[in-house]
Amino acid sequence: MHIHRYEKLWLIIGSLILAVFLGILAFQTFFLEMGPPSHAEMIDPQTVRESEIFADTELKEIGDNEYEIAIIAEMFAFQPGDLEIPAGATVHFTLASPDVTHGFKITDTNVNVMVVPGHISKVSHTFDEPGEYLILCNEYCGLGHEFMANTITVK
Amino acid sequence: MAHINETPILHKGTAVNEDAAAGITGRDIRLSAANLFIAFIALLIGGFAGLLQGLVRSGFFELPSWISYYALLTAHGVMFILVLSSFFSIGYLYAGTSRVLGGLANKTIAFGWAGFALMTTGTLIAAFLIVTGNANVLYTFYTPMQAHPWFYIGLALIVVGILLNCIGMFITYQSWRKRNPGKLTPLFAFFANAVFVLWVFASLFIAVFVIAMVIPWAFGWVATIDPMMGRTLFWAFGHTLVNIWMLTSISAWYVAMPKIIGGKVFSDSLARVAVVILVVANVPGGFHHQILDPGLSVNVKFLHVIQTFMIIFPSLMTAFAMLATMERTGRAKGVTSLLGWWKTLPWSDARFFALIVAMFAYIPAGLGGIINASNQINQVVHNSIWVTGHLHLTVGTTVILTFFGISYWLIPYLSGRKMTPTINRLAVAQTVIWASGMLLMSGAMHINGLLGSPRRTANTSYNGHSAAADWAMYEMLMAMGGVILVVGIILLVYIWAQLAFFAPKGKTDFPIGEDYSPSDASPLFMDRWSIWVALATVSVAIAYIIPLIDFASGHNPGSPPFLMP
Amino acid sequence: MKEASKKKDREDAQETSLRGTFTSVLIIAVFMLVSWFSVFFLFLERN
Repeated sequence: MHIHRYEKLWLIIGSLILAVFLGILAFQTFFLEMGPPSHAEMIDPQTVRESEIFADTELKEIGDNEYEIAIIAEMFAFQPGDLEIPAGATVHFTLASPDVTHGFKITDTNVNVMVVPGHISKVSHTFDEPGEYLILCNEYCGLGHEFMANTITVK
Repeated sequence: MAHINETPILHKGTAVNEDAAAGITGRDIRLSAANLFIAFIALLIGGFAGLLQGLVRSGFFELPSWISYYALLTAHGVMFILVLSSFFSIGYLYAGTSRVLGGLANKTIAFGWAGFALMTTGTLIAAFLIVTGNANVLYTFYTPMQAHPWFYIGLALIVVGILLNCIGMFITYQSWRKRNPGKLTPLFAFFANAVFVLWVFASLFIAVFVIAMVIPWAFGWVATIDPMMGRTLFWAFGHTLVNIWMLTSISAWYVAMPKIIGGKVFSDSLARVAVVILVVANVPGGFHHQILDPGLSVNVKFLHVIQTFMIIFPSLMTAFAMLATMERTGRAKGVTSLLGWWKTLPWSDARFFALIVAMFAYIPAGLGGIINASNQINQVVHNSIWVTGHLHLTVGTTVILTFFGISYWLIPYLSGRKMTPTINRLAVAQTVIWASGMLLMSGAMHINGLLGSPRRTANTSYNGHSAAADWAMYEMLMAMGGVILVVGIILLVYIWAQLAFFAPKGKTDFPIGEDYSPSDASPLFMDRWSIWVALATVSVAIAYIIPLIDFASGHNPGSPPFLMP
Repeated sequence: MKEASKKKDREDAQETSLRGTFTSVLIIAVFMLVSWFSVFFLFLERN
C-alpha cells in the first residue's frame, strides 16, 4: 500500500493536533481536577423527596463564603425556587430527579450536568461576577419543559 | 499474496464488474425505487415539521392546540434521522451494489422486500402515534418518559426490517465472492457492505433496548426500567447511525465523484483502510453524548474520549483523498499553478456541485464534532442549540446534500431517463438555496448555543430574563433559514418528479470511478469481514463492559413510566 | 531497467503535483486549531 509523502505528513500533523487537544484535556482532568461532573451515588427516584439529602432543600453555609444546596429537579421546576448568594461564593449543588431525566444548566458558567433518575449528580461553581444567572433545564422532560427555569442572583 | 502480482488486473477495486454491463434488472430497480420513494415522503413530512418548529420557536407562529411543538420535534427527528436515512441508504446502496456486482441475488430481493414491508409498517405506526400526540418523546425516547406502547412496536419493526436488509446485502456480497475466488470486491460493494455491518451493530443495541427492556415496561409487564442503561444503549445505536450516514455519503465521494469529474479514485486501497477504521472504531463514539452523565467515572469517560477521537482519523484521510483526486484531475488537464486546479472542476454539473458543497460543509461539521467530544469542553455546548446546529451541518448539510447529489444520477438511472440542462441548472440552484438556508440556520444555532440557549425547547422568554432576550435575534435567523430550506425542498420535489417521470428517455449511468494505481491493490484479506467485525467487537467490549456491568449489577432502583403527555 | 526509471519519474511527478492538496489540508488544520481553542478559551473564561 503506497502512501503519498504529503499524505503521511498530513496524517502526522493531524494526529499531532489531536494529541495536543487530548493532552490539554487530560492535564486539566487529571492534574487540575477539571473533569466533567461524574458523581457515582445512587438514589431511589420514588423516595427522593423523603430522603435524608433532599428532605431539606435550603441553601446552607458550610464555610467561608462556601455554600451547599440540594435541589430536586422535577417536572417542571427546580425545588427550591430562586436563589441568592454573595459575590465570590462557591456553591456545591447536589441534584436528583423524582421523575424523568432533566438537565441542569446555569448560563454564563460551565455548570451543565444531566440529572438522571436513580443517580445523584453533583457540580460546583464559584460565582465571582455579580448578576442574575438563569438556571434552566436543558433536557426535554415533557410538555412543560420550557417552563422549567429559575434564577440565581449574585450580589 | 503472490497471486496478486501474477494477475494484478483482477485486483483493481472496480474493474471486475464485467457482468454488470447488462444493466440493472427491473426487479432491482423496483426494490430500490420503493425504498427511495419512502425516503422522499419522509423528507417532505420531516421538512415541513422542521419549518413549523422554526416558526414556532421564533414566535412567528402559534400552533393549534391539538398538536404540540414537541410532537413536531419528534416527527422531524424520527422522519429524518431514522426513516429518511435508513430508506435512502438501502435504496442507494442496493442499486449501486447491483450495478457493480452484476445484480442482486434472488434471496436478497426476498429479504429486501420483507425488510421493506416491516420498515414501512413500523414507520406508519410510529408516524400515526406521533401525529396524534401519543409519542411526545422525541427521537431519543429517553426512558422513563413513555410513549404509547405501540410506538415502540413501530420502532422495533423498523429495526428488524433493517436487519433483514442487512442479511440481504451480505447474501449478494458473499455469493459474489464465492463466484469470484481470488478477486477483491469492487470498492463500492466494499463500502455498501461496511454500511450494513454498521447497521447490524447499531440495530443490535437498539433491538435489545426496545424489545427486551422498553416494550415489556411500556406494556406494564415489568414495573421499572434503568434510565442510564437506556441512554447508553441508545447512544451506541445513535452514534453508529451517524457513521452509517457518513459512510453512505463518502461512498459517493470516493467512488462516484472521481468519475463525475473525469478523474480516478485516488487510492482504492487507502479508501478501504479508512472504511475499516470507521467500522472498527465507531460504536464507542456513542459515549461522548454522555460526558455529563452521572454514574460514569472520570477515568472511563476519558477512555471514551480517546476512543471517540480515533474516529476522526479516517476523516483526515478522506479530506486528503478528496482533494488529491481533484488536484490530480486538474493536473492531468495541464494545470501547473498551486491551486489553479480548483477552477477546472465541473462546478456547473449539479452532481458534482452538490457533493463538493457537502464536502465543504463537512469541515465545520467535523470541527464542531471534535469540540463536542472534548471531555470537559463539552460543558460549554452540551444540550445547547449548538448541538442542533452541529447536527444540521452533519446530517442536514453534509449527508443530505450528498444524498441530493446522488439522486441526480440515481433517479434517472433507475427511471431510464436523462437529466436535461434545465433540470441541471435547477439542481445547482437547489444546492445554493439549501446551503445558504443551512448556513444561516446552523450558524445562528451555533452562536446561540454558545450564548447558552438550550436545544429542544419551545418558545419561551424565561420570564423575560435578559439572557433569553439575547437569543431572540438568532432565533429569527433560524426561522429565516428554515423558510429558505422549505423553498429548497419544494424545488427538490419538482426536480425529483421530473427525473422520475417526465425527463426525456435515455441512458444515465451510475458513475463508478476507476482506481488510479491498480497495481497498488489491497491484499485480499481486506474482504474478510470476520476480521473487522471481531476487531469492532473488541473495541465495543473495551468501552462498554465496565459501564454495562456497573449498571446491570443492580444498584439502580429503577424508574416507573411517565406517560407523555 | 528503463521501465523502472520511467516509473520512478512518473511517481516523482505525482509527488510534487499534490502540493495544492497539501496546502488545502493545512488550511483545514488552521481552522481546526482556531475553532477548538476559541471554545476552549470560552470554557476557561466561564470556569
